[in-house]
Amino acid sequence: MKFIQKTDPMEYLPSQERIDSDIMLKVLNAHKNVNFDEFNAFDVQKALDKDNLNLRDLQALLSPVAANFLEEMVAKSKAIKERYFGKNIYLFTPQYIANHCDNNCVYCGFKVGNDIKRAQLDENDIIKELKNIAKTGLKEILILTGESQTKTPLNYIANACKLAKEYFDIVGVEIYPLNSDEYAILHDNGVDFVTVFQETYNPIKYGKIHLYGNKRVFPYRFNAQERALIGGMRGVAFAALLGIDDWRKDAMATALHASLIQSKYPHAEISISVPRLRPIINNNKINPKDVTERALLQVIAAYRLFLPYANITLSSRESAYFRDNAMALGITKVSAGVSVGIGEHGGKDDKDKGDGQFEISDNRDVNQMKTAIKNAGLTPVMSDYIYTGI
Amino acid sequence: MDRLNLGGRLFDSRFIMGSGKFDPELITACIEEADAQIITLAIRRVNKDSDISITKFIPKNITLLPNTSGARDASEALRIARLGRELGCEDMIKIEVIKDSKFLLPDNYQTLKAIELLASDGFIPLAYMMPDLVVARDMANAGAAAIMPLAAPIGSNKGLSNKDMIQILIDEIDLPIIVDAGIGRPSQACEAMEMGCAAVMVNTAIATATDIRSMARAFKNAVKAGRDAYLAGFGRVLNTAQASSPLTGFLG
Repeated sequence: MKFIQKTDPMEYLPSQERIDSDIMLKVLNAHKNVNFDEFNAFDVQKALDKDNLNLRDLQALLSPVAANFLEEMVAKSKAIKERYFGKNIYLFTPQYIANHCDNNCVYCGFKVGNDIKRAQLDENDIIKELKNIAKTGLKEILILTGESQTKTPLNYIANACKLAKEYFDIVGVEIYPLNSDEYAILHDNGVDFVTVFQETYNPIKYGKIHLYGNKRVFPYRFNAQERALIGGMRGVAFAALLGIDDWRKDAMATALHASLIQSKYPHAEISISVPRLRPIINNNKINPKDVTERALLQVIAAYRLFLPYANITLSSRESAYFRDNAMALGITKVSAGVSVGIGEHGGKDDKDKGDGQFEISDNRDVNQMKTAIKNAGLTPVMSDYIYTGI
Repeated sequence: MDRLNLGGRLFDSRFIMGSGKFDPELITACIEEADAQIITLAIRRVNKDSDISITKFIPKNITLLPNTSGARDASEALRIARLGRELGCEDMIKIEVIKDSKFLLPDNYQTLKAIELLASDGFIPLAYMMPDLVVARDMANAGAAAIMPLAAPIGSNKGLSNKDMIQILIDEIDLPIIVDAGIGRPSQACEAMEMGCAAVMVNTAIATATDIRSMARAFKNAVKAGRDAYLAGFGRVLNTAQASSPLTGFLG
């Protein structure tokens, strides 16, 4: 289904489930009203001295003046991480099983109309890849598709997850948002973790860059994590794609969104990713722009201080150098052996069935990542989890 | 001989190591410096990647106390415990049922239900719990072999925040009371032992120390000092000075 640009991005489609929740309103209010320039050094110091931070403390830590306290923020972030997670760094890898997409999002390599090689793995391809990935020793896998309900319907994804569960302890998905009963189907097929990136929490910007497709509907995407938990999932992951809009506002909204979900669903395991924009095929102009590595570290530390128990994932979008140095400072999870192309885990013969969504920076395989983790004085952990199926 | 009795098994050491931090250096330090004889182990970590398996770092003479970490309700705890049994874990098991991912506080209601289920399934359950006398009594009646209250939120190093409630458990429950989380300093471990706790469990306090081995040793000495003092019996604490010459001596 295509939409003309003037479709209201705040309006649900008939097939999309509405849930009773005021979380989006709270997050959008905070996003709209925050003024990072009003914070001073005293506000930052106060936030740094506290154990339980409130929204204002979070905003202070993301403010421009907090950049002067980066060393202190990172030191506290490191200490908190060690207190609650020890030296553990969890490893996982994404498996892209298709790159078809029904949406037109201006910043994304998978968007409709972008001239890339499209592909979708069949069952044999998927099993072949799963076996190859499992051989590396990984126990956690994240199944990804483009966002096409037509080419990659729920039953296709559910079957892929069921297959993945035979080889991996932990199966997560990063796919198009679903209704809660659809998430329940995935859960029954072994999935316990759902990642949905909101991209930006600025609804006006969101409407401008998601030109058409189901993804254009802002509130449906926003409430995906809640529907996933209603559907029985154990954990949900959040992220804004930093660099699309004001990174301070988007980071603040992401952390607030996660914390409000945490309060409403205390059992939920919360995870946050910190992706920056990456160049995509056919558009080299897309770049992190103002989200420098320094800014990214500020975001990581602010997340850790605001949500001490949350997982924070640092993906292979970032350079090996940055990942090696940032790992000890608040991160709990990194990807390894990453291939964003379709079929790239299948072996030499299957290479390059379909193009990737973006360029990655860190190409290290699982053993190299394990070595890097150990060299950083940390402990690589493959799994810390039991799927109870309940 | 003063030994810790857990479900009929006897131990010389009253320092128990939590292994949540998954750190080989820490495990070695606690065994060599703190004389740990019991190390807790999440069943969800038992059958894992071979080159970093936690069990590789633990000598055979150390007792592994499996726990149900990851369980959100009683039925999940039972399921995880049974999985542990299939993997070769022993029947003595620490029940952890946590529905709060923010502070990782135990759910007493579900923990009690889990003890009932596991005890009737042949397990020897040890109960990680919020210190609550009424629930602890029910847990004891349901077949718990030890009560393991938290002193403060896990990982917080805040010490005996729940001291008064823990003292009530020690005084009223006829089972070993083992402080399970929140101990941040050797002096706090010592105080818990002076109060009459049967043992203390420590992880973060040692894991986050600058010198892990020295801190492990400090905990060993503190636990022993506290236990010796408890067994020795304390003198009275008086609010008024007791004059060596009686003030009422003039009465003749």
